[in-house]
Amino acid sequence: MINFDYSKPATVGAAITALSKDTKAKFIAGGTNLVDLMKRGVTTPEKLIDITGLPLKGIEQSGTVVRIGALALNSEVAENDIVKKQLPLLSQALKAGASAQIRNMATVGGNMLQRTRCGYFYDTAMPCNKREPGTGCGALQGYNRMHAILGASDSCIAVHPSDMCVALAALDATVVVQGPGGTRKLPFLDFHRLPGNTPEKDNNLQRGELITGVEVPVNPSLAQHSLYTKIRDRASYAFALVSVAAALDMKGKTIRQARLAMGGVAHKPWRLTIAENFLQGKEATVANFQQAASLALKEAKGYGYNNFKLTLGPNTLVQTLKTLTGV
Amino acid sequence: MNSHTENDPCCGGQSRRSFLKRSTATAAILAAPPVLVRAAEKKLDEQGAEYFEKLPLKIEVNGKPFSLSVEPRVTLLDLLREQLHLTGTKKGCDYGQCGACTVHVDGQRVLSCLSLAGMQDGKKITTIEGLASGDDLHPLQEAFIRHDGFQCGYCTPGQIMSAVACIKEGHAGSDAEIREYMSGNICRCGAYPNIVDAIREVAQKGGVK
Repeated sequence: MINFDYSKPATVGAAITALSKDTKAKFIAGGTNLVDLMKRGVTTPEKLIDITGLPLKGIEQSGTVVRIGALALNSEVAENDIVKKQLPLLSQALKAGASAQIRNMATVGGNMLQRTRCGYFYDTAMPCNKREPGTGCGALQGYNRMHAILGASDSCIAVHPSDMCVALAALDATVVVQGPGGTRKLPFLDFHRLPGNTPEKDNNLQRGELITGVEVPVNPSLAQHSLYTKIRDRASYAFALVSVAAALDMKGKTIRQARLAMGGVAHKPWRLTIAENFLQGKEATVANFQQAASLALKEAKGYGYNNFKLTLGPNTLVQTLKTLTGV
Repeated sequence: MNSHTENDPCCGGQSRRSFLKRSTATAAILAAPPVLVRAAEKKLDEQGAEYFEKLPLKIEVNGKPFSLSVEPRVTLLDLLREQLHLTGTKKGCDYGQCGACTVHVDGQRVLSCLSLAGMQDGKKITTIEGLASGDDLHPLQEAFIRHDGFQCGYCTPGQIMSAVACIKEGHAGSDAEIREYMSGNICRCGAYPNIVDAIREVAQKGGVK
């Protein structure tokens, strides 16, 4: 690993100032992704600003919102009583991610900022527009089994690897960020970006901004029927080929509202709005689920090795809805 | 006959470990920029390291306090193995994929290969060397022996550190739960059924301290 300078500010303000005045600096919290990338030479910051001393660890409910600090550990959030009761989908998704050791290190903010696990991004001998803009995309014509089927571009077909983010996308979370200009909030769905012509930008954070937390609205009806399904190459400790986060507000056999998001299929957690709208007010039947799934993946496109996701995606959605409703 | 014993004549009576260390240090000098080579010629790695800023680090390892200084890039794994000579913690993949380097930091299991040593200031570390009291093995160490929970043994320190935490966390209630919560520890020899047997036995006997 190339050496670097290190500092550990004690306040959010000091951390933001330190990052703002040094373009080669990066924040570090859990380090589970950043240290890995630095060892491989994929990322070479000249300075690390250790934010683990900042007071951003709290998890609390105020009214109909659960606030989760950016530095709350993935394991702490997954096992938190408020989260388990009010946001079971988030707890399930977190437990489906990584390993017990990594969840003890990884933070909520870091989970959101993790980079793609695309093999061409990780291999510095390969072209990659995300790692080195303008060099091309190795995955487009290469071994793209793990790659995107939705929202990709000719510049990049990488997927976002997080499970947690798929649940937060379905749950209509809000991201709270603080920067040199003050605090702002953005909807979770607007946080991550599609690759377009600038795949090097994973998200819409501005220079010097720090994620301070996420806010998730509480909805007891949705919490009653929520399920995270993750399909992967081994039973545990592997990234998703496809995952589905689903929450339904049910009245008898009728779906009053649906919240659906898919992971492993795009450069960002993919909210299935068209399928949600289709299901609203409909009976929970296999035929309706199949139609919703086919609508959800209507724009999907395979790149060769990942063509199987065109079938796996809708099937995972249908299976998740069947399990949730007992149909 | 033992071909590579601690007194192997090829290494001039040195242990394999110290031979490897010295040869690695030499290789590092050859690959380093001239300023480092000059520093290194005077006193091997110590003065070379002065080239970079070091961080003061106070930690407790297996109950013993240490006051150290480390380069920012040193991982907890490398600190334990190279500076503190606690080689029980293993370097498997070094990229957070295998779990061989699992240790406890303030009682929580983490991957030492992805933890920067400089970020552990004030923390209490427990490694596999810290589990036994003298010659009395930890119940999980005994259970791994009794159930033949290993073959080559390389993943075993990480498996045992992870297993201690798995039981303490309350995640050893069933075989399925043990498998799920031990999934971050890979065993290429495939001793998984016996590892699960060992953990189940200790969990059912009332757990661990």
